This record gives sequence, C-alpha cells and structure tokens, in this order.
Amino acid sequence: MSVFNILISGVGGQGVLLTSKIIAEAALLAGLDVKQSEVHGMAQRGGSVLSQVRFGEKVFSPIVTEGEADLLIGFEPLETARYLHFLKDDGAVIYNTRTIGTIGVSIGAQQYPADVNEVIKSRVKKVMPFDGTQLAVTAGDKRTLNLVLLGAALSSLPLKEQFILDAIVNTVPKKVLEINQKAFAAGKVQNT
Amino acid sequence: MKKAILSGNEAIARGFLEAGGKLAAAYPGTPSTEVLETLSRHKGIHAEWSVNEKVALEVAIGGALSGVRSMACMKHVGVNVAADPLMTAAYTGIHAGLVLMAADDPGMFSSQNEQDTRHFARLGKIPCIEPSDSSESLQYAKAAFSLSESFDTPVILRTTTRISHCKSVVEDGASESPAGRGLARDFGKYVMLPGNAQKRHVFVEDRLVRLRDWAETSPLNRVIGGDSEIGFITSGISFQYVREAFPNAAVLKLGMTFPLPEKLIKKFASSVMKLAVVEELDPFLEEQVRAMGVTVHFGKNVLPLCGEFSQRLVREKISGSPLPAKAPVAGLLMRPPTFCPGCSHRGLYTVLAKLKLHVSGDIGCYTLGALPPFSSMHTCICMGASISAAHGMAKGLALQGGSQQKPVAVIGDSTFLHSGITGLINMVYNGGDAIVIVMNNDTTGMTGGQEHAGTGRSAQGSEAPRLDIAKLCQAIGAKRVREIDSYNIKELEKIVKEELAEKGPSVLISNQPCVLRYRVSKKAYAVEKATCKGCKLCLKAGCIALSFTPEGKTGFVTIDPLLCNGCGVCAQLCTTGAMTQP
Ligand SMILES: Cc1ncc(C[n+]2csc(CCOP(=O)(O)OP(=O)(O)O)c2C)c(N)n1
Repeated sequence: MSVFNILISGVGGQGVLLTSKIIAEAALLAGLDVKQSEVHGMAQRGGSVLSQVRFGEKVFSPIVTEGEADLLIGFEPLETARYLHFLKDDGAVIYNTRTIGTIGVSIGAQQYPADVNEVIKSRVKKVMPFDGTQLAVTAGDKRTLNLVLLGAALSSLPLKEQFILDAIVNTVPKKVLEINQKAFAAGKVQNT
Repeated sequence: MKKAILSGNEAIARGFLEAGGKLAAAYPGTPSTEVLETLSRHKGIHAEWSVNEKVALEVAIGGALSGVRSMACMKHVGVNVAADPLMTAAYTGIHAGLVLMAADDPGMFSSQNEQDTRHFARLGKIPCIEPSDSSESLQYAKAAFSLSESFDTPVILRTTTRISHCKSVVEDGASESPAGRGLARDFGKYVMLPGNAQKRHVFVEDRLVRLRDWAETSPLNRVIGGDSEIGFITSGISFQYVREAFPNAAVLKLGMTFPLPEKLIKKFASSVMKLAVVEELDPFLEEQVRAMGVTVHFGKNVLPLCGEFSQRLVREKISGSPLPAKAPVAGLLMRPPTFCPGCSHRGLYTVLAKLKLHVSGDIGCYTLGALPPFSSMHTCICMGASISAAHGMAKGLALQGGSQQKPVAVIGDSTFLHSGITGLINMVYNGGDAIVIVMNNDTTGMTGGQEHAGTGRSAQGSEAPRLDIAKLCQAIGAKRVREIDSYNIKELEKIVKEELAEKGPSVLISNQPCVLRYRVSKKAYAVEKATCKGCKLCLKAGCIALSFTPEGKTGFVTIDPLLCNGCGVCAQLCTTGAMTQP
C-alpha cells in the first residue's frame, strides 16, 4: 500500500502520544513499515502538540508535511484548525469540540475564535466534530479522550479493527485497560 | 527475531545493552532523556542521573577506565558543560569502550540554542557517528563501542530530535558480553601532565589519520546507486528526507560524519553530474567536502542554516521550485506552553510581577514566568546562570550608583544542584547582594520529572540520601536562608519585601512538590457568578482553567472544573470572595 499519513494534534497533557502509539503498534501488527514522531519537553506544558504516524510498504521520513495528511485527529478545535493545511484535498478530520483556552484567552488578552467550527467545516469535506471529552468523562476518566478519538477514527483507518484492538491491549497499562476499551467503544459508536 | 517500535533513544539503550554496556550516566535534557530512563529499568547495569553533564561524562570515563563499557548521555548544550573532560579524554583514550551520546535539537523544540555537536568531534579529533532511524540507532550504539575500543578513543553518537523521538521498527540483534577489562593503570596514558600529554597529542593526530583510512571502507558509510543527475551526500535524518524527496537519486550516506572518507567522497562526486550536500544546521560536511577541492552545487547556498528540514523542504530547495501549498488558517491564536494548573511556580510569579522586580532567570518550567501575564523573568541564558548573573547585575548596578532595587535570581532545584551552587558560593564569597529563590519542586520538571540528588531516590528507584538545600546554603555561608510557601502569596510578598530591605545575599526556598510528577490533585474551585464583579484581578494568576465571559458592562469569570487543580492562587487574588472550593 502507499504510505498513509496521520496527524494527531492537541494540547500538551491531553494524551495525544498514546493515540499515535496505538496506531503505530497496530500498523506493525499488520506487517507494515511504520514511523511515528512526537514532541517532548517544553511543548508538553500546555502548549500545542503534534504527533504524526506514517505507515505503508516502506516509510522514509517520519514527518508529515503540508498537503500530505490523509487523516487529522484533533483533540481540541483550535489545535485542529492549526493543521488543516497539512491535509490532502480529500483528507478527513475527526475532532473533539471541547475547547481549551490559550493562556492569552485566560488572561483576557485574546478571544477564543468563536467561529472555529465553521472554519473547519468550510475547509474540509470529510469532517466529524463531536464532544469527545463528554464521552471520555462518561467512560470514567477525561484522560481516555485519546481512546474515544481513536474509536471515532477507526473507520477512517486502513487497518483491520482486530489489529487496533490488539494494539490497545499491548499498549495501555493493565490497570486502566478496561475504561480505555470502554472509551474506544464509545468513540466507535459515534462514527457508525 | 522480535520486531518492536522503538524511539531512537530506546533503541540506543537497547544497543548499549546488546553491546554489553555496564555503566551509563546522564543528566536529563530534551531530546536525550529517554536513553537513561530506559536503561534505569534494567538490572545488572549501573544507570544514574548524575548531577550535571560534566559529572556524567567523568563518571563514564571512570567506568571505562575501570574496565566496563560506559556511556554518558546529554543534550547538545550539555556537551558544553562536559567539554572539559571530553577534550582530554580524547588524549588519554578509553581502556574499555566509551560513548558520548549527544542529542541536537534543530528547530529548537525545547532548547535555548541550536548548536551543532559535530563541531566537538572535530575539536576533540574523535569520531562522530550518526544514525538515520531507530534500527540504526541500535546498530550504531554497538558500532560506537567497537570503534571506541579498536581506536582507543571516545566516540560521539550524535542524534537529533527527529532521530531520538521518532519511532520506527527495530529488530533485536545478538548480544555481546565483553569480559571486564579490569582497572587501567598507565602513567604515560592516563596522567595528563604536560610531558605525557605532549606524547598523547602525537597519538591523537596519528589516530585521526587511521580513522580517516578506516572511514574509506567502513560499513557505516555506504553508496546507494541511482540516478546520477544529482548525487546526494547526506547523513542522519536528512538521509530520510533525501530518500523521500529524490527516491531514485544516487546517495552517499555517511554514518560516520567525522572524520570523512576523502577518496570515497571524491569518487562519488565524480560519478554524478551535480553534487548536493544535505545537512541540517551548520555546513559541517559541506565545508570539508569543499576543502577537498570537490565542487558542491547544492549546499547551504540553497538550504537553510536555521531550523529543521523535511522532505518537502529538501525537494523545494534542491529543485528550486516551490510545491503547491494551501494557506494555513489565518490569524489563529498561538498556544505557547504555560504553567500547569496547580503548579507551585505560579504563586511566586504573581508576587514577582506585582513587585515589578528584575529577575535573573534560569532554565526549567519556571522559565515560563517570562511569558505574559507575568513577564517576570528578564534573562535566561544557560543552566545555573541565574545566580552568577544576578551577582554581576548587583555589582554592576552598584557601580552605577543610584538606588536600584536588588535583582532576584530564580532557579529550580535540579538546576541549582546542576550548576547553581557554584554561583551561590561565588556570590557569598564576593560580597554579593541579591535574592536567590530556589523553587524546589522535588523533581527535574521540565524534562518530564526525573530524580536528582535532592529527591531521595536514585534513577534506578532505590532510596538515596536526600540533599538538604537549606543546610547546604547555610554551609556555603549564606546568612539569610528562609523557607517560603509559594502558594501563600500574601506571606510570600511580605517575605520578599523584607529581604529586599536587607543587605547581602538572601536565599528563599520553596518546597512544594510538582503537581504533575507527584499527581497532586486538589478539589477544583468554582466561581459564584452573582458575587463576581468581573474585575479580572484573578486572571493575573495566568491559569488556563480560568476564562472571562463579557456580559453587560463587565462580565464574569468561570473556572473549568476539568482543568482546575485547586491551588487557590486565583482565589487569593479575588477581592470579592467569589471563588470557593465547594
Ligand atoms: C546544560 C543543560 N542541560 C540540560 C538542559 C535541559 N533542561 C532544561 S530545564 C532542566 C531542569 C529543570 O529542572 P528544575 O531546575 O528542577 O526546574 P523545574 O523544571 O522542575 O521547574 C533541564 C534538565 C539544559 N537546558 N541545559
């Protein structure tokens, strides 16, 4: 298969890295070559974070550049809008509509863009917005947002579900596996 | 053989273990940190967080001289700190294998500069090798040890952020178990008195000639045949970008980027019509290739010196024509990093901002106090600089007369132990007059929460003696050493004002744990809408859990219950009592 490119964006601390880790693991189980890149350090302190996964027959570069992404999984609307120009013309977007203010917003110096959902809709044909945070809280922990989004993204991934399910088991710590599986199922239902 | 997805750092750790490495010492620093974090989970080796990079390298030198394969790991700026032992270990040689793993950060995702570590290899006349993915990271870690022992030299294993933090597929290889070599004792080789060092310098120059010869046929350097219209010389992550941008082109991939194989390079250059040298940061390879008399058609004349590359950038710059691009959504708010909700640093900065003090800063999470709404850090240079620079500022201000307020140094616990202590000794000794605030959150926060000499625990998880910062400061001779509570802002303001009125150095120490590392989770506050006047005083806490909604003439503040960590700093700034913990 040709290389499939995924961007996963969010706010430091939201658990973006786990989603990309599971997808990468699933691609490995599917017998594909895979590369994943992530950002550590400074940006993890509430900054904008981006993780990227690429899989296919043979992958060289670990990063996805403008116009290359097949799929963008956004953990937060503003952080979704930030990477729209990385999408291919027919690229899909799945994102959580729950906003997190920037520090500029929180100190009253800036306004959170009220039209962010419209902006995303106007630029992308295949787009699925939903309140993933609510589903995560219902599943038992707001930190399971990453699995909710993964569930919602399932039908957009060219990977068999079984590989994803196995990758979840291989990747998520035993103690919290069950609520994460619940969160995944809740996300999946969202997109069927 | 088992396949796994590993980051470059995890793969280097595995390579170290497969090479039979026994001793690893590091100081945390993005993007290098996970090498030692991975090793610390393994038994049968010694893995430690050293107090700083100079110490880490010296510990690794000691390990090698004791007869076991040893490695020191650090980020690029750490090599500056470790440069002194490195330059002379290059003379003494190593006994058992010695590798310095150094991670550069093109693009400065998490660094204060973008320096290129390869220059240290040239300065020390020691080899530098650079993997291009995780699989090579594992292989090259092993190759580094055998190279080190074959040529009796320290070896720099250089990565960049995209090598260290990108994950790719790795297969485990065979493990070596080299026998311990026993303690080295050789006066002429290990005691660098001038008479011995003069002889060793001759050895170093001769070794470099032999390394150059070896590079000509080393499997680390290889030619990938292909289209000869443009041939590429490249290494590290740039190799991947070149392969993706020009999949059919001929490539000379250099696994060893110092010293260079002159014959191989000339032969490759003459086999292609035009030559491109593709490397991030400095024209390190390019200048050496040009010095061989080889014509380079594409190098830093088209490729940038600053920032990181990508397949797209390489394609555009070499072909000379921009690729079609969609515009990013215009006018989006930036999202800079910020203190976590509940962070113990927040309270301090509300006070420093209110008092408008001049803050000599340092590196760690507390550097975020430099950003709005606090804007209360006025310099940030390198680790440890806060205290020494504050001392210099105080002296400089005094020389200019007038009655300026004394400067305040702010430094974290890990940074204080790394290189702040010497600055404090210096300040006390030289009659300094500044306030030093040590924000002890019991961890190395910015790099993800590593142990250090003050946390009471070692890298491998055993209990360790816990250094007492207050007692240490007293022993140094600081007369005024006080504990502060950074969550109690009224009291904190009072103490800072008292110390501003005193002459001589004052040390204030806050001992509040990092909420992220220690998973501190307090009950969220909430705002009573009817009581909130919309005065926005609480927003000076600079917390992303807060937001302001305009309504009528003013508006009101809300607290996101999923983000708030109940520290109460905003509530202390509130004058109407609208903020409470239900
Ligand atoms: C010479 C050098 N080594 C390592 C680093 C990486 N680094 C940045 S901040 C930091 C430590 C921060 O810990 P601490 O001082 O305890 O402050 P905190 O982040 O916990 O507030 C480190 C290791 C660096 N910038 N320079």
